[in-house]
Amino acid sequence: MYTTELSKNVQPIETPEDPALLEAFEARVAADEFIEPKDWMPEAYRKTLVRQISQHAHSEIVGMLPEGNWITRAPSLRRKAILLAKVQDEAGHGLYLYCAAETLGTSREEMIEALHSGKAKYSTIFNYPTLTWADIGAIGWLVDGAAIMNQVPLQRTSYGPYARAMVRVCKEESFHQRQGYEIMIALANGTAAQKRMAQDALNRWWWPSLMMFGPPDDNSPNTERSMRWRIKRETNDELRQKFVDITKPQADFLGLTVPDPELKWNDEKGGHDFGEVDWDEFYAVVRGEGPVAKERITARREAWENNTWVREAAAAHAAKKQAREAA
Amino acid sequence: MPAADELAADPLEDAYYDYLLRLGDDALILGQRLSEWCGHAPSVEVDLSLANMALDLIGQATHILNNANNGDGDELAFKRDVLDFRNCLLVEQPNGDFARTIVRQLLYSTWQHLLFQQLAESRDPFLSAIAAKAVKEVAYHRELASEWTVRLGDGTDESAARMRDALDWCWRFVPELFEVDETLEEMIARQTVPDPRSFEREYRAAIGDVLAEAKLEMPADQRPILGGRRGHHSEHLGHLLAAMQYLPRTYPDAVW
Repeated sequence: MYTTELSKNVQPIETPEDPALLEAFEARVAADEFIEPKDWMPEAYRKTLVRQISQHAHSEIVGMLPEGNWITRAPSLRRKAILLAKVQDEAGHGLYLYCAAETLGTSREEMIEALHSGKAKYSTIFNYPTLTWADIGAIGWLVDGAAIMNQVPLQRTSYGPYARAMVRVCKEESFHQRQGYEIMIALANGTAAQKRMAQDALNRWWWPSLMMFGPPDDNSPNTERSMRWRIKRETNDELRQKFVDITKPQADFLGLTVPDPELKWNDEKGGHDFGEVDWDEFYAVVRGEGPVAKERITARREAWENNTWVREAAAAHAAKKQAREAA
Repeated sequence: MPAADELAADPLEDAYYDYLLRLGDDALILGQRLSEWCGHAPSVEVDLSLANMALDLIGQATHILNNANNGDGDELAFKRDVLDFRNCLLVEQPNGDFARTIVRQLLYSTWQHLLFQQLAESRDPFLSAIAAKAVKEVAYHRELASEWTVRLGDGTDESAARMRDALDWCWRFVPELFEVDETLEEMIARQTVPDPRSFEREYRAAIGDVLAEAKLEMPADQRPILGGRRGHHSEHLGHLLAAMQYLPRTYPDAVW
Protein backbone atom coordinates (compact mmCIF):
# COMPACT_ATOMS: atom_id res chain seq x y z
CA MET A 1 0.00 0.00 0.00
CA TYR A 2 1.11 3.52 -0.52
CA THR A 3 0.33 7.01 0.53
CA THR A 4 1.33 10.10 -1.27
CA GLU A 5 1.71 13.58 0.19
CA LEU A 6 -1.65 14.18 1.79
CA SER A 7 -1.43 17.49 3.54
CA LYS A 8 -2.64 20.25 1.31
CA ASN A 9 -1.12 23.14 3.14
CA VAL A 10 2.21 21.85 4.33
CA GLN A 11 4.40 24.86 4.96
CA PRO A 12 7.65 24.46 3.11
CA ILE A 13 10.23 23.71 5.78
CA GLU A 14 12.96 26.27 5.35
CA THR A 15 15.91 26.23 7.67
CA PRO A 16 19.21 27.97 7.08
CA GLU A 17 21.68 25.42 5.77
CA ASP A 18 25.37 25.62 4.99
CA PRO A 19 25.33 26.58 1.28
CA ALA A 20 28.38 24.46 0.46
CA LEU A 21 26.88 21.33 2.06
CA LEU A 22 23.55 21.99 0.41
CA GLU A 23 25.16 22.38 -2.98
CA ALA A 24 27.11 19.14 -2.59
CA PHE A 25 23.92 17.36 -1.49
CA GLU A 26 21.93 18.66 -4.46
CA ALA A 27 24.71 17.56 -6.80
CA ARG A 28 24.75 14.04 -5.36
CA VAL A 29 21.00 13.70 -5.64
CA ALA A 30 21.00 15.10 -9.17
CA ALA A 31 23.59 12.45 -10.06
CA ASP A 32 21.17 9.79 -8.76
CA GLU A 33 23.38 8.80 -5.84
CA PHE A 34 21.76 7.29 -2.77
CA ILE A 35 21.75 9.33 0.43
CA GLU A 36 22.45 7.15 3.47
CA PRO A 37 21.44 7.71 7.12
CA LYS A 38 24.82 9.05 8.24
CA ASP A 39 25.17 11.46 5.31
CA TRP A 40 24.51 15.15 5.72
CA MET A 41 21.05 16.15 4.46
CA PRO A 42 18.98 19.32 4.59
CA GLU A 43 16.51 19.42 7.45
CA ALA A 44 13.62 19.85 5.03
CA TYR A 45 14.66 16.68 3.19
CA ARG A 46 14.79 14.74 6.46
CA LYS A 47 11.41 16.02 7.63
CA THR A 48 9.72 15.43 4.30
CA LEU A 49 11.03 11.89 4.24
CA VAL A 50 9.99 11.13 7.80
CA ARG A 51 6.52 12.38 6.95
CA GLN A 52 6.31 10.40 3.73
CA ILE A 53 7.81 7.14 5.03
CA SER A 54 5.83 7.18 8.26
CA GLN A 55 2.62 7.91 6.33
CA HIS A 56 3.48 4.96 4.17
CA ALA A 57 4.15 2.75 7.22
CA HIS A 58 0.90 3.84 8.90
CA SER A 59 -0.96 3.06 5.68
CA GLU A 60 0.36 -0.49 5.74
CA ILE A 61 -0.74 -0.98 9.33
CA VAL A 62 -4.14 0.69 9.04
CA GLY A 63 -4.55 -1.10 5.71
CA MET A 64 -4.55 -4.42 7.59
CA LEU A 65 -7.95 -3.55 9.03
CA PRO A 66 -10.23 -3.46 5.97
CA GLU A 67 -8.76 -6.74 4.72
CA GLY A 68 -8.46 -8.29 8.17
CA ASN A 69 -12.22 -7.74 8.30
CA TRP A 70 -12.58 -10.63 5.83
CA ILE A 71 -9.96 -13.16 6.94
CA THR A 72 -12.38 -14.91 9.28
CA ARG A 73 -15.03 -14.95 6.52
CA ALA A 74 -12.93 -15.90 3.49
CA PRO A 75 -15.01 -18.30 1.40
CA SER A 76 -12.51 -21.17 1.05
CA LEU A 77 -9.47 -22.50 2.87
CA ARG A 78 -7.27 -21.44 -0.03
CA ARG A 79 -8.64 -17.88 -0.04
CA LYS A 80 -8.24 -17.69 3.71
CA ALA A 81 -4.59 -18.75 3.56
CA ILE A 82 -3.81 -16.33 0.72
CA LEU A 83 -5.49 -13.41 2.46
CA LEU A 84 -3.72 -14.18 5.74
CA ALA A 85 -0.40 -14.27 3.93
CA LYS A 86 -1.20 -11.01 2.20
CA VAL A 87 -2.17 -9.15 5.35
CA GLN A 88 0.91 -10.57 7.03
CA ASP A 89 2.97 -9.06 4.21
CA GLU A 90 1.38 -5.68 4.92
CA ALA A 91 2.47 -5.94 8.55
CA GLY A 92 5.96 -6.77 7.33
CA HIS A 93 5.96 -3.73 5.04
CA GLY A 94 4.86 -1.55 7.93
CA LEU A 95 7.67 -2.93 10.03
CA TYR A 96 10.48 -2.25 7.63
CA LEU A 97 9.10 1.14 6.69
CA TYR A 98 9.05 2.12 10.37
CA CYS A 99 12.66 0.93 10.52
CA ALA A 100 13.56 3.00 7.45
CA ALA A 101 11.95 6.07 9.03
CA GLU A 102 13.77 5.40 12.30
CA THR A 103 17.10 5.76 10.47
CA LEU A 104 16.14 9.44 10.12
CA GLY A 105 16.04 9.91 13.88
CA THR A 106 12.34 9.52 14.75
CA SER A 107 11.35 6.60 16.99
CA ARG A 108 8.54 4.21 16.18
CA GLU A 109 6.72 5.25 19.36
CA GLU A 110 6.75 8.88 18.24
CA MET A 111 5.38 7.92 14.86
CA ILE A 112 2.63 5.75 16.34
CA GLU A 113 1.75 8.49 18.80
CA ALA A 114 1.44 10.92 15.87
CA LEU A 115 -0.89 8.48 14.09
CA HIS A 116 -3.12 8.00 17.12
CA SER A 117 -3.35 11.72 17.84
CA GLY A 118 -4.40 12.38 14.25
CA LYS A 119 -1.25 14.41 13.55
CA ALA A 120 0.11 11.88 11.08
CA LYS A 121 -1.93 10.80 8.07
CA TYR A 122 -2.39 7.49 6.31
CA SER A 123 -3.74 6.71 2.87
CA THR A 124 -7.29 7.96 2.36
CA ILE A 125 -8.27 4.65 0.76
CA PHE A 126 -8.45 2.81 4.07
CA ASN A 127 -11.24 5.04 5.31
CA TYR A 128 -13.68 3.20 3.08
CA PRO A 129 -15.43 0.05 4.33
CA THR A 130 -15.08 -3.50 2.97
CA LEU A 131 -18.71 -4.56 2.60
CA THR A 132 -18.50 -7.75 0.58
CA TRP A 133 -15.93 -10.37 -0.35
CA ALA A 134 -15.60 -8.66 -3.74
CA ASP A 135 -14.03 -5.71 -1.92
CA ILE A 136 -11.06 -7.94 -1.11
CA GLY A 137 -10.69 -8.59 -4.83
CA ALA A 138 -11.11 -4.92 -5.66
CA ILE A 139 -8.55 -3.84 -3.07
CA GLY A 140 -5.96 -6.24 -4.44
CA TRP A 141 -6.68 -5.30 -8.02
CA LEU A 142 -7.16 -1.53 -7.74
CA VAL A 143 -5.59 -0.42 -4.48
CA ASP A 144 -2.51 -2.59 -4.71
CA GLY A 145 -2.39 -1.81 -8.41
CA ALA A 146 -2.28 1.90 -7.62
CA ALA A 147 0.25 1.22 -4.90
CA ILE A 148 2.58 -0.56 -7.32
CA MET A 149 2.33 2.33 -9.73
CA ASN A 150 3.31 4.72 -6.98
CA GLN A 151 6.03 2.55 -5.55
CA VAL A 152 7.91 1.26 -8.57
CA PRO A 153 9.51 4.68 -9.17
CA LEU A 154 10.34 4.87 -5.46
CA GLN A 155 12.75 1.97 -5.85
CA ARG A 156 15.01 4.66 -7.29
CA THR A 157 14.19 7.28 -4.69
CA SER A 158 17.22 9.14 -3.35
CA TYR A 159 17.07 7.91 0.25
CA GLY A 160 18.84 4.54 0.33
CA PRO A 161 16.90 2.76 3.12
CA TYR A 162 13.55 3.82 1.63
CA ALA A 163 14.56 2.75 -1.88
CA ARG A 164 15.72 -0.65 -0.64
CA ALA A 165 12.52 -1.16 1.38
CA MET A 166 10.57 -0.38 -1.79
CA VAL A 167 12.37 -3.06 -3.79
CA ARG A 168 11.11 -5.70 -1.40
CA VAL A 169 7.67 -4.16 -1.02
CA CYS A 170 7.15 -4.00 -4.79
CA LYS A 171 7.84 -7.71 -5.25
CA GLU A 172 5.17 -8.59 -2.74
CA GLU A 173 2.68 -6.01 -4.01
CA SER A 174 2.67 -7.53 -7.45
CA PHE A 175 1.65 -10.85 -5.88
CA HIS A 176 -1.07 -8.99 -3.99
CA GLN A 177 -2.41 -7.43 -7.12
CA ARG A 178 -2.54 -10.78 -8.90
CA GLN A 179 -4.43 -12.41 -6.04
CA GLY A 180 -6.94 -9.55 -6.08
CA TYR A 181 -7.47 -9.78 -9.79
CA GLU A 182 -7.84 -13.54 -9.51
CA ILE A 183 -10.65 -13.05 -6.98
CA MET A 184 -12.31 -10.65 -9.44
CA ILE A 185 -12.00 -13.18 -12.28
CA ALA A 186 -13.70 -15.85 -10.16
CA LEU A 187 -16.53 -13.45 -9.32
CA ALA A 188 -16.89 -12.16 -12.87
CA ASN A 189 -17.21 -15.75 -14.10
CA GLY A 190 -19.50 -16.70 -11.26
CA THR A 191 -23.19 -16.49 -10.44
CA ALA A 192 -25.34 -13.41 -10.97
CA ALA A 193 -24.95 -12.58 -7.29
CA GLN A 194 -21.16 -12.76 -7.58
CA LYS A 195 -21.13 -10.55 -10.70
CA ARG A 196 -23.28 -8.02 -8.93
CA MET A 197 -20.87 -8.04 -5.99
CA ALA A 198 -17.92 -7.51 -8.33
CA GLN A 199 -19.53 -4.59 -10.17
CA ASP A 200 -20.60 -2.98 -6.92
CA ALA A 201 -17.07 -3.23 -5.56
CA LEU A 202 -15.63 -1.58 -8.68
CA ASN A 203 -18.26 1.16 -8.39
CA ARG A 204 -17.24 1.93 -4.83
CA TRP A 205 -13.44 1.55 -5.14
CA TRP A 206 -12.73 3.18 -8.49
CA TRP A 207 -12.76 6.83 -7.48
CA PRO A 208 -11.09 6.35 -4.09
CA SER A 209 -8.35 4.45 -5.96
CA LEU A 210 -7.76 7.42 -8.27
CA MET A 211 -7.50 9.61 -5.17
CA MET A 212 -4.59 7.51 -3.94
CA PHE A 213 -2.27 9.38 -6.30
CA GLY A 214 -2.86 12.56 -4.35
CA PRO A 215 -4.08 16.02 -5.34
CA PRO A 216 -3.77 17.28 -8.91
CA ASP A 217 -0.35 18.59 -9.86
CA ASP A 218 -1.43 22.22 -9.86
CA ASN A 219 -2.45 21.82 -6.22
CA SER A 220 0.44 19.72 -4.97
CA PRO A 221 2.70 22.23 -3.25
CA ASN A 222 5.72 20.04 -2.65
CA THR A 223 5.87 18.17 -5.92
CA GLU A 224 8.51 20.30 -7.56
CA ARG A 225 11.04 20.14 -4.75
CA SER A 226 10.31 16.48 -4.07
CA MET A 227 10.96 15.74 -7.73
CA ARG A 228 14.23 17.63 -7.60
CA TRP A 229 15.25 15.67 -4.51
CA ARG A 230 14.21 12.37 -6.14
CA ILE A 231 11.83 11.70 -3.24
CA LYS A 232 9.22 11.59 -5.91
CA ARG A 233 9.94 10.59 -9.47
CA GLU A 234 6.68 11.08 -11.34
CA THR A 235 3.90 13.57 -10.71
CA ASN A 236 0.53 12.64 -9.25
CA ASP A 237 -1.31 13.27 -12.50
CA GLU A 238 1.19 11.30 -14.59
CA LEU A 239 0.77 8.29 -12.33
CA ARG A 240 -3.01 8.64 -12.25
CA GLN A 241 -3.13 8.67 -16.06
CA LYS A 242 -0.95 5.58 -16.22
CA PHE A 243 -3.21 3.78 -13.74
CA VAL A 244 -6.36 4.55 -15.72
CA ASP A 245 -4.74 3.44 -18.98
CA ILE A 246 -3.65 0.11 -17.53
CA THR A 247 -6.76 -0.61 -15.49
CA LYS A 248 -9.52 0.13 -18.02
CA PRO A 249 -8.67 -2.89 -20.27
CA GLN A 250 -8.51 -5.08 -17.16
CA ALA A 251 -12.06 -4.02 -16.26
CA ASP A 252 -13.13 -4.78 -19.85
CA PHE A 253 -11.63 -8.25 -19.58
CA LEU A 254 -13.72 -8.86 -16.46
CA GLY A 255 -16.83 -7.62 -18.22
CA LEU A 256 -17.22 -4.87 -15.64
CA THR A 257 -18.05 -1.22 -16.25
CA VAL A 258 -15.83 1.52 -14.88
CA PRO A 259 -18.17 3.99 -13.17
CA ASP A 260 -17.06 7.02 -15.19
CA PRO A 261 -19.24 8.08 -18.15
CA GLU A 262 -16.46 10.39 -19.37
CA LEU A 263 -13.91 7.61 -19.64
CA LYS A 264 -12.89 7.10 -23.27
CA TRP A 265 -9.81 6.49 -25.34
CA ASN A 266 -8.17 9.59 -26.79
CA ASP A 267 -6.13 8.66 -29.85
CA GLU A 268 -4.41 11.99 -30.00
CA LYS A 269 -2.87 11.84 -26.54
CA GLY A 270 -2.45 8.05 -26.64
CA GLY A 271 -4.31 7.66 -23.38
CA HIS A 272 -7.74 7.79 -21.80
CA ASP A 273 -9.70 10.90 -21.01
CA PHE A 274 -11.52 10.53 -17.74
CA GLY A 275 -13.78 12.45 -15.40
CA GLU A 276 -12.75 14.72 -12.57
CA VAL A 277 -12.10 13.18 -9.18
CA ASP A 278 -14.32 14.61 -6.45
CA TRP A 279 -11.58 16.58 -4.73
CA ASP A 280 -13.93 17.87 -2.03
CA GLU A 281 -14.45 14.29 -0.94
CA PHE A 282 -10.71 13.66 -1.10
CA TYR A 283 -9.89 16.61 1.16
CA ALA A 284 -12.71 15.66 3.53
CA VAL A 285 -11.26 12.17 3.85
CA VAL A 286 -7.77 13.63 4.36
CA ARG A 287 -9.23 15.74 7.19
CA GLY A 288 -10.42 12.50 8.82
CA GLU A 289 -14.01 12.58 7.65
CA GLY A 290 -13.96 9.34 5.66
CA PRO A 291 -16.85 6.89 6.12
CA VAL A 292 -14.97 4.62 8.55
CA ALA A 293 -12.16 6.92 9.65
CA LYS A 294 -13.35 6.84 13.25
CA GLU A 295 -13.58 3.03 13.20
CA ARG A 296 -10.08 2.67 11.79
CA ILE A 297 -8.31 4.96 14.19
CA THR A 298 -10.29 3.63 17.14
CA ALA A 299 -9.28 0.08 16.23
CA ARG A 300 -5.62 1.11 16.08
CA ARG A 301 -5.79 3.04 19.35
CA GLU A 302 -7.53 0.18 21.12
CA ALA A 303 -5.04 -2.38 19.84
CA TRP A 304 -2.28 -0.17 21.21
CA GLU A 305 -3.82 0.96 24.47
CA ASN A 306 -5.51 -2.30 25.49
CA ASN A 307 -2.19 -4.06 25.06
CA THR A 308 0.04 -1.57 26.83
CA TRP A 309 0.33 -4.13 29.62
CA VAL A 310 1.87 -6.63 27.17
CA ARG A 311 4.57 -4.24 26.02
CA GLU A 312 5.24 -3.18 29.62
CA ALA A 313 5.53 -6.80 30.69
CA ALA A 314 7.94 -7.57 27.85
CA ALA A 315 10.09 -4.56 28.79
CA ALA A 316 10.00 -5.45 32.49
CA HIS A 317 10.98 -9.02 31.73
CA ALA A 318 13.85 -7.95 29.48
CA ALA A 319 15.12 -5.62 32.22
CA LYS A 320 14.94 -8.37 34.85
CA LYS A 321 16.73 -10.78 32.57
CA GLN A 322 19.46 -8.26 31.86
CA ALA A 323 19.88 -7.54 35.57
CA ARG A 324 20.14 -11.27 36.32
CA GLU A 325 22.71 -11.77 33.59
CA ALA A 326 24.75 -8.81 34.84
CA ALA A 327 24.70 -10.13 38.43
CA MET B 1 -18.00 -36.32 3.07
CA PRO B 2 -19.26 -39.85 3.68
CA ALA B 3 -22.87 -40.03 4.80
CA ALA B 4 -23.51 -41.34 8.29
CA ASP B 5 -24.80 -44.72 7.10
CA GLU B 6 -21.73 -45.28 4.93
CA LEU B 7 -19.53 -44.56 7.95
CA ALA B 8 -21.35 -47.06 10.11
CA ALA B 9 -20.74 -49.74 7.50
CA ASP B 10 -17.00 -49.68 7.99
CA PRO B 11 -15.86 -49.12 11.58
CA LEU B 12 -12.18 -49.06 10.61
CA GLU B 13 -12.71 -46.30 8.07
CA ASP B 14 -14.94 -44.62 10.58
CA ALA B 15 -12.17 -44.36 13.16
CA TYR B 16 -9.61 -43.17 10.64
CA TYR B 17 -11.96 -40.55 9.25
CA ASP B 18 -12.87 -39.44 12.74
CA TYR B 19 -9.20 -39.14 13.65
CA LEU B 20 -8.46 -37.01 10.59
CA LEU B 21 -11.33 -34.72 11.53
CA ARG B 22 -9.92 -34.31 15.03
CA LEU B 23 -6.52 -33.25 13.74
CA GLY B 24 -7.91 -31.15 10.91
CA ASP B 25 -10.55 -29.42 13.01
CA ASP B 26 -8.08 -28.61 15.80
CA ALA B 27 -5.85 -26.87 13.26
CA LEU B 28 -8.72 -25.14 11.48
CA ILE B 29 -10.43 -23.78 14.57
CA LEU B 30 -7.23 -22.63 16.27
CA GLY B 31 -6.07 -21.03 13.01
CA GLN B 32 -9.41 -19.26 12.71
CA ARG B 33 -9.16 -17.98 16.27
CA LEU B 34 -5.60 -16.70 15.80
CA SER B 35 -6.57 -14.94 12.58
CA GLU B 36 -9.11 -12.89 14.56
CA TRP B 37 -6.12 -11.03 16.05
CA CYS B 38 -5.01 -9.74 12.67
CA GLY B 39 -4.52 -5.98 12.85
CA HIS B 40 -5.28 -5.83 16.58
CA ALA B 41 -2.20 -7.38 18.23
CA PRO B 42 -0.01 -5.67 20.86
CA SER B 43 2.69 -4.78 18.30
CA VAL B 44 3.44 -5.25 14.63
CA GLU B 45 5.89 -8.03 15.50
CA VAL B 46 3.24 -9.91 17.47
CA ASP B 47 0.73 -9.39 14.68
CA LEU B 48 3.20 -11.04 12.34
CA SER B 49 3.86 -14.03 14.56
CA LEU B 50 0.17 -14.68 15.29
CA ALA B 51 -0.67 -14.48 11.58
CA ASN B 52 2.22 -16.80 10.88
CA MET B 53 0.91 -19.43 13.27
CA ALA B 54 -2.60 -19.02 11.87
CA LEU B 55 -1.25 -19.56 8.39
CA ASP B 56 0.62 -22.73 9.41
CA LEU B 57 -2.51 -24.11 11.05
CA ILE B 58 -4.83 -23.29 8.15
CA GLY B 59 -2.29 -25.02 5.90
CA GLN B 60 -2.31 -28.14 8.08
CA ALA B 61 -6.10 -28.11 8.21
CA THR B 62 -6.29 -27.85 4.43
CA HIS B 63 -4.05 -30.90 3.90
CA ILE B 64 -5.81 -33.01 6.47
CA LEU B 65 -9.40 -32.13 5.56
CA ASN B 66 -8.64 -32.49 1.85
CA ASN B 67 -7.32 -35.94 2.58
CA ALA B 68 -10.38 -36.82 4.63
CA ASN B 69 -12.76 -35.82 1.86
CA ASN B 70 -11.28 -36.77 -1.52
CA GLY B 71 -9.62 -33.41 -2.02
CA ASP B 72 -12.58 -31.29 -0.93
CA GLY B 73 -11.61 -29.96 2.48
CA ASP B 74 -13.77 -26.90 1.91
CA GLU B 75 -16.91 -28.98 2.09
CA LEU B 76 -15.89 -30.17 5.54
CA ALA B 77 -14.77 -26.75 6.73
CA PHE B 78 -17.74 -24.77 5.48
CA LYS B 79 -20.69 -27.15 5.34
CA ARG B 80 -20.68 -29.01 8.66
CA ASP B 81 -22.47 -27.83 11.76
CA VAL B 82 -21.21 -27.97 15.35
CA LEU B 83 -22.27 -31.55 16.03
CA ASP B 84 -19.97 -32.78 13.28
CA PHE B 85 -16.90 -30.82 14.33
CA ARG B 86 -14.34 -32.91 16.17
CA ASN B 87 -11.90 -30.32 17.53
CA CYS B 88 -11.03 -30.22 21.21
CA LEU B 89 -12.68 -27.58 23.38
CA LEU B 90 -9.42 -25.81 24.13
CA VAL B 91 -8.84 -24.51 20.61
CA GLU B 92 -12.32 -23.01 20.24
CA GLN B 93 -11.99 -20.89 23.37
CA PRO B 94 -12.28 -17.19 22.53
CA ASN B 95 -9.03 -15.24 22.28
CA GLY B 96 -9.72 -13.26 25.44
CA ASP B 97 -6.77 -11.03 26.25
CA PHE B 98 -3.29 -11.73 24.93
CA ALA B 99 -2.51 -13.79 28.05
CA ARG B 100 -5.35 -16.20 27.35
CA THR B 101 -4.34 -16.50 23.71
CA ILE B 102 -0.81 -17.37 24.78
CA VAL B 103 -1.85 -19.88 27.44
CA ARG B 104 -4.22 -21.58 24.99
CA GLN B 105 -1.34 -21.77 22.50
CA LEU B 106 1.12 -23.11 25.06
CA LEU B 107 -1.25 -25.84 26.23
CA TYR B 108 -2.25 -26.86 22.71
CA SER B 109 1.06 -26.52 20.84
CA THR B 110 2.99 -28.44 23.50
CA TRP B 111 0.49 -31.29 23.16
CA GLN B 112 0.45 -31.09 19.37
CA HIS B 113 4.24 -31.10 19.28
CA LEU B 114 4.55 -34.22 21.44
CA LEU B 115 1.84 -35.92 19.40
CA PHE B 116 3.26 -35.02 16.00
CA GLN B 117 6.77 -36.12 16.96
CA GLN B 118 5.36 -39.62 17.45
CA LEU B 119 2.88 -39.41 14.62
CA ALA B 120 5.75 -38.69 12.24
CA GLU B 121 6.77 -42.32 12.82
CA SER B 122 3.28 -43.65 12.07
CA ARG B 123 2.80 -46.67 9.78
CA ASP B 124 0.12 -44.67 8.03
CA PRO B 125 1.86 -42.87 5.16
CA PHE B 126 -0.46 -39.87 5.17
CA LEU B 127 -0.27 -39.30 8.92
CA SER B 128 3.50 -39.71 9.03
CA ALA B 129 3.98 -37.31 6.10
CA ILE B 130 1.73 -34.55 7.44
CA ALA B 131 3.15 -34.89 10.96
CA ALA B 132 6.75 -34.87 9.74
CA LYS B 133 6.09 -31.68 7.82
CA ALA B 134 4.00 -29.93 10.46
CA VAL B 135 6.14 -30.87 13.44
CA LYS B 136 8.67 -28.17 12.53
CA GLU B 137 5.96 -25.53 12.43
CA VAL B 138 4.47 -26.75 15.67
CA ALA B 139 7.88 -26.72 17.38
CA TYR B 140 8.06 -23.03 16.54
CA HIS B 141 4.52 -22.40 17.88
CA ARG B 142 5.45 -24.13 21.10
CA GLU B 143 8.63 -22.12 21.44
CA LEU B 144 6.87 -18.84 20.74
CA ALA B 145 4.12 -19.58 23.27
CA SER B 146 6.70 -20.70 25.85
CA GLU B 147 8.71 -17.51 25.42
CA TRP B 148 5.67 -15.30 25.81
CA THR B 149 4.54 -17.31 28.82
CA VAL B 150 7.86 -16.57 30.50
CA ARG B 151 7.79 -12.91 29.51
CA LEU B 152 4.25 -12.36 30.76
CA GLY B 153 4.52 -14.57 33.84
CA ASP B 154 7.78 -12.95 34.91
CA GLY B 155 6.93 -9.46 33.64
CA THR B 156 4.78 -7.14 35.72
CA ASP B 157 2.26 -7.83 38.50
CA GLU B 158 -0.53 -7.17 36.05
CA SER B 159 0.77 -9.53 33.39
CA ALA B 160 1.33 -12.28 35.98
CA ALA B 161 -2.23 -11.86 37.29
CA ARG B 162 -3.60 -12.06 33.75
CA MET B 163 -1.60 -15.24 33.14
CA ARG B 164 -2.99 -16.82 36.31
CA ASP B 165 -6.52 -15.99 35.14
CA ALA B 166 -5.77 -17.41 31.70
CA LEU B 167 -4.43 -20.65 33.15
CA ASP B 168 -7.47 -20.90 35.36
CA TRP B 169 -9.68 -20.49 32.27
CA CYS B 170 -7.92 -23.02 30.07
CA TRP B 171 -6.80 -25.71 32.49
CA ARG B 172 -10.14 -27.56 32.66
CA PHE B 173 -9.81 -28.36 28.94
CA VAL B 174 -6.43 -30.11 29.22
CA PRO B 175 -7.74 -33.58 30.25
CA GLU B 176 -9.68 -33.80 26.98
CA LEU B 177 -6.34 -33.83 25.14
CA PHE B 178 -5.49 -37.13 26.85
CA GLU B 179 -8.93 -38.72 26.72
CA VAL B 180 -8.95 -42.11 25.00
CA ASP B 181 -12.33 -43.05 23.57
CA GLU B 182 -13.42 -45.74 21.11
CA THR B 183 -12.03 -43.99 18.05
CA LEU B 184 -8.67 -43.55 19.63
CA GLU B 185 -8.65 -47.08 21.05
CA GLU B 186 -9.27 -48.41 17.56
CA MET B 187 -6.50 -46.27 16.07
CA ILE B 188 -4.08 -47.18 18.84
CA ALA B 189 -4.91 -50.87 18.40
CA ARG B 190 -4.08 -50.55 14.72
CA GLN B 191 -0.74 -49.07 15.78
CA THR B 192 -1.15 -46.08 13.52
CA VAL B 193 -1.33 -43.39 16.20
CA PRO B 194 0.25 -42.99 19.63
CA ASP B 195 -1.69 -43.26 22.85
CA PRO B 196 -1.67 -39.69 24.20
CA ARG B 197 -1.46 -41.04 27.74
CA SER B 198 2.04 -42.24 26.86
CA PHE B 199 3.24 -38.63 26.80
CA GLU B 200 0.98 -37.13 29.45
CA ARG B 201 3.70 -37.21 32.08
CA GLU B 202 6.13 -35.58 29.68
CA TYR B 203 3.50 -32.98 28.81
CA ARG B 204 2.86 -32.05 32.41
CA ALA B 205 6.59 -31.85 33.11
CA ALA B 206 7.14 -29.64 30.08
CA ILE B 207 4.31 -27.27 31.02
CA GLY B 208 5.59 -27.30 34.60
CA ASP B 209 9.07 -26.28 33.44
CA VAL B 210 7.78 -23.35 31.39
CA LEU B 211 5.53 -22.18 34.22
CA ALA B 212 8.39 -22.47 36.70
CA GLU B 213 10.57 -20.28 34.51
CA ALA B 214 7.63 -17.89 34.22
CA LYS B 215 7.36 -17.87 38.04
CA LEU B 216 3.80 -19.13 37.74
CA GLU B 217 2.35 -21.97 39.77
CA MET B 218 1.05 -25.09 38.13
CA PRO B 219 -2.75 -24.77 38.42
CA ALA B 220 -4.66 -27.22 40.59
CA ASP B 221 -6.50 -29.81 38.55
CA GLN B 222 -10.11 -28.94 37.80
CA ARG B 223 -13.05 -31.11 36.90
CA PRO B 224 -12.45 -32.04 33.24
CA ILE B 225 -14.75 -30.53 30.65
CA LEU B 226 -15.08 -32.97 27.75
CA GLY B 227 -17.19 -33.45 24.66
CA GLY B 228 -15.48 -31.74 21.72
CA ARG B 229 -14.32 -34.99 20.16
CA ARG B 230 -17.95 -36.16 20.08
CA GLY B 231 -19.34 -32.92 18.72
CA HIS B 232 -20.50 -31.51 22.03
CA HIS B 233 -18.80 -28.15 22.05
CA SER B 234 -18.83 -24.93 24.02
CA GLU B 235 -21.30 -22.19 23.13
CA HIS B 236 -18.49 -20.37 21.35
CA LEU B 237 -18.04 -22.71 18.40
CA GLY B 238 -21.40 -21.96 16.80
CA HIS B 239 -20.56 -18.27 16.60
CA LEU B 240 -17.16 -18.98 15.13
CA LEU B 241 -18.75 -21.20 12.47
CA ALA B 242 -21.47 -18.65 11.72
CA ALA B 243 -18.84 -16.12 10.71
CA MET B 244 -16.50 -18.58 9.01
CA GLN B 245 -19.15 -20.37 6.95
CA TYR B 246 -21.43 -17.50 6.04
CA LEU B 247 -20.36 -16.98 2.42
CA PRO B 248 -20.47 -20.59 1.18
CA ARG B 249 -23.78 -21.07 3.01
CA THR B 250 -25.36 -17.87 1.71
CA TYR B 251 -24.27 -18.58 -1.86
CA PRO B 252 -24.36 -22.38 -2.09
CA ASP B 253 -23.93 -22.41 -5.89
CA ALA B 254 -20.98 -20.07 -6.01
CA VAL B 255 -17.37 -20.98 -6.67
CA TRP B 256 -14.86 -18.56 -5.14
